[in-house]
Amino acid sequence: MTFNLTVSPDFAPSHISGWYYFNTWLQRQLDVGIHLELYDDFAQQREDLKNGSIDLIYANPYDASMLVRELGFKAVARPARRPDETVIVTLRSSDIHSVEDLKPGITVATTDDPDVHTMGMIMLEPADLDRSNINTRTVGGYVVVAKALLNGSADIGFFLKDAYEELSELVRKDLKVLVSSQISVIHHALLVGPKMQSHIPQLKEKLLTMGNNEKGAIVLENMGLSGWDPMSEEQTEFMIDLIDTLIPD
Amino acid sequence: MPEANKQGPRTVTLRYFDGTRREAEIINQEVPYPDGKLIVSRTDTKGIITHVNRAFVEMSGYSKEELIGANHAILRHPDMPTVAFEDLWKTIESGKKWHGYVKNLRKDGCYYWVKATVIPNIRNGKLVGYTSVRRKPSRSKISESETLYATLM
Ligand SMILES: Cc1cc2nc3c(=O)[nH]c(=O)nc-3n(C[C@H](O)[C@H](O)[C@H](O)COP(=O)(O)O)c2cc1C
Repeated sequence: MTFNLTVSPDFAPSHISGWYYFNTWLQRQLDVGIHLELYDDFAQQREDLKNGSIDLIYANPYDASMLVRELGFKAVARPARRPDETVIVTLRSSDIHSVEDLKPGITVATTDDPDVHTMGMIMLEPADLDRSNINTRTVGGYVVVAKALLNGSADIGFFLKDAYEELSELVRKDLKVLVSSQISVIHHALLVGPKMQSHIPQLKEKLLTMGNNEKGAIVLENMGLSGWDPMSEEQTEFMIDLIDTLIPD
Repeated sequence: MPEANKQGPRTVTLRYFDGTRREAEIINQEVPYPDGKLIVSRTDTKGIITHVNRAFVEMSGYSKEELIGANHAILRHPDMPTVAFEDLWKTIESGKKWHGYVKNLRKDGCYYWVKATVIPNIRNGKLVGYTSVRRKPSRSKISESETLYATLM
């Protein structure tokens, strides 16, 4: 039997090859067939998750609730020292200096990355801004969010902090961060679906020691990760509860 | 805002739902909510604190050791009307999410406003406790709440 692996569509384009290396590495470690399926957008991926065709996913924290509580997935590990943090960014030359300076009617450039969008919206609340009084432009990636700011088609943009920091110096010199989240307990997670759960103990062991040998370390580097930390069932449930409190009813 | 609150430090007796009371010094000085942070705590089913994050410790002024095992009412500010917490408990005990604006009392007597969301924690179908996550409220919501709560005292 061949299992299906997928990755939250918000992965950095520069790490695509890393995920293919990871897939090869995993197949050797577990001695099973695994197919890697990548998606451009969250909607199509969620559909395939719901129809049961995915067995292993590096999931966006926002999707963890559906995966664990509705589809029976279990978390095995999370990326070490890689919490998902969000920044709200504007043009450096702008006379906006804090979130509280923002006014209704502004245009926000954002992506379909659900946890970053949710946190971005929460960080606008101190200025009494919400869905009802801002314009949202959802674009295909963080480089496009930066472009929207530079060409003036958006007033502010939501970025995954890591993605913002990976923008070129040339782009960032014209931008400034208005606010940066410091949550630290919301992060991606590697989740295993019902059909693959007998492999969990072995998978855990291999992931947690992945950086200890040269091959594993090279794969990690290509994925942009420094290693994996264990993730218990209770840690997963806690993160899901926390995210639940942030999602508007 | 009540008249007394505009003056300097004052000592009040806080009376809790369970009949206990404590004396607290109240200082009319707000500590602003830190940008970008979430203040997180968890309690057991009775409201006894079982977990706090660093932002909680920093904003409340208590140490983690003082907080774990304490009743969450340790943050109760005398300007908060009892009905707000009755509504909180009624909502979460019926399994639902509660949102509200809360004025909290720090250990040093100062206060801070939060927008709080509390949800029941369900594990294997059983209620095991509650999680509260607070974020930065807008000034307009704070003044609306001040006005509303003053009428409910
Ligand atoms: C998860 C959770 C978080 C709470 N957080 C607060 C809080 O931050 N401040 C507060 O005054 N009460 C909080 N409460 C409510 C207290 O348990 C308590 O009802 C309230 O302080 C009023 O005290 P009393 O019920 O003894 O009158 C919280 C309750 C729960 C379950």
